[in-house]
Amino acid sequence: MQGEHIEPVDLRATGAVARRQAFSRLSRYLLLAMSLLGVATLVVLGYITIDDGAGRIDLDFLTNYPSRFADQAGLRSSALGTIWILGTTIVLAIPVAVGTAIWIEEFAPKNALLTFVKLNIANLAGVPSIIYGILGLAMFVRFADLGPSILAGALTLTLMIIPMTVIASQEAIKQVPPSLREGSLAVGATQWQTVWSHVLPSALPGIITGVILSISRAAGETAALIMIGAFSFIAFDHSLNPAEALQDDFTTIPIQIYNWTIRPQEAFRQNAAAAIILLMIAVFTLNLTAAVIRERFRRTY
Amino acid sequence: MFPISEAAAEEYSKITRTRINVGFSGTGAGFEKFCRGDINISDASRPIKDSEIEACARKGIDDIVELQVAIDALTIVVNPSNDFLDCLTVQQLHDLFSGKAEKWSEINPNWPDRDAKLFYPGTDSGTFDYFVEEIIEKVDENAFHTGDGTPSEDDNVLALGIRNEDNAIGYLGFAYFLEAGKSLKAVAIDGGEGCVEPKFETALDGTYSPLSRPLFIYTRESLLADHPNDPTLSFIEFYLTSTETLVPEVGYVTMPDDLLQAQLDKIEPFLSPE
Repeated sequence: MQGEHIEPVDLRATGAVARRQAFSRLSRYLLLAMSLLGVATLVVLGYITIDDGAGRIDLDFLTNYPSRFADQAGLRSSALGTIWILGTTIVLAIPVAVGTAIWIEEFAPKNALLTFVKLNIANLAGVPSIIYGILGLAMFVRFADLGPSILAGALTLTLMIIPMTVIASQEAIKQVPPSLREGSLAVGATQWQTVWSHVLPSALPGIITGVILSISRAAGETAALIMIGAFSFIAFDHSLNPAEALQDDFTTIPIQIYNWTIRPQEAFRQNAAAAIILLMIAVFTLNLTAAVIRERFRRTY
Repeated sequence: MFPISEAAAEEYSKITRTRINVGFSGTGAGFEKFCRGDINISDASRPIKDSEIEACARKGIDDIVELQVAIDALTIVVNPSNDFLDCLTVQQLHDLFSGKAEKWSEINPNWPDRDAKLFYPGTDSGTFDYFVEEIIEKVDENAFHTGDGTPSEDDNVLALGIRNEDNAIGYLGFAYFLEAGKSLKAVAIDGGEGCVEPKFETALDGTYSPLSRPLFIYTRESLLADHPNDPTLSFIEFYLTSTETLVPEVGYVTMPDDLLQAQLDKIEPFLSPE
């Protein structure tokens, strides 16, 4: 047998298998290219914005009121307005949204009413924000006679973010394994005790993530607030007493950005870019917080 | 319009520590809010329409006061590469924007046989309304502003579009043309007495006609009469007397002295005798 030559076996696939494998490899690069496209757009936009606006960011930019002079204009009233609006929205939206989600997942009888409610919430989550603006204008600003106040703005945004917060909270509650509930109920806890002591703590990271993502959307909202008649030029600080501040007229950072971008002067567009950077940092911080909370409190079963 | 009122509110609140809030919208939407009593003063880049006066009256607002605060030269602009267009007659402008002419050659046989690309403000803006009235309806009352072009509520978008399109023509506020510098070319207008370029001087002396337009603020007599409790009168007095310094700072044209005096005379009866 010595000296006999053994032909090496070619293990590469041929024919249809080879074609399938080639297609599989190709799909990997195609998908990578698609995700890179999204990231690249973001990077380019981010670069242009930072290039335009980074030089404008200083302490004065944060502490000055708006001005007709671009180099003296600042975000003071719009940043305060944003904080008030978001704070009020959080206080109003979370109990309603989380409560709704708990009811749907834990208490509601599985009947036609529930299907109807769930269908409505899913539909409302897809309604464009301007529609909430029109609703807010008719209901809060005019019918309830609140005027274009912080309370009216916050109520409008509350309506806007409730549907998606409900859906996110529902998903989080669904993730809690039934065994946890069954265990709790088996040792004699009431349904409410089970929800309060076991389901909610387990679902909390998911709920908080959903809430923070909704708040990020509210933070960038412009159309709905302009629709209800929010102002663009505000030159006073809101009172620290909520009873007074909630009745104040207001402006927010996205409204200020919009207002600056439509000015003729280039310097105002730099202001807008600077404000966009700050708003992005704020929203990014919110999202990061959401991620940290999710990781830190995650429970695995 | 917004920059002028913002400037007045900025200075007034610095001096008096009064809260003067300024919102932003098109002229039409502004009047709608004004007629509901939502706001005390409504800015307008065109005179109030009869239909708006009626709408206000139906809501019980029948004591409207009109005050002119500045002048704007509505500017016709084309791409800087456009070397044939330096001056247009009102009739030529009318033909282009009413859709009667689509190609440059249709308004002047010496001009290229190419489609003109139109850029104009959105229908809620006073600029659009003013143009429709002066250029479209005054020439031919049965004509309509064309919808065959690119509208935008944002004059910067118009400026950008015109800069990137060789065959573009559009109209926008003078301040936007000033700021665009060499990236846009202004076209002189022949209103019947020769070609006049849009400039501070020609807008002020009225020779830039018919496109030099008045800018107004509207308020109510009852608000002016209620001055011990309401800052409207004091703010408007400040607004008018400051127009000379504030208006040019934001790119608009100040009124001649006699016109300003005529506005001050309108609020004179409401000012306290002392």
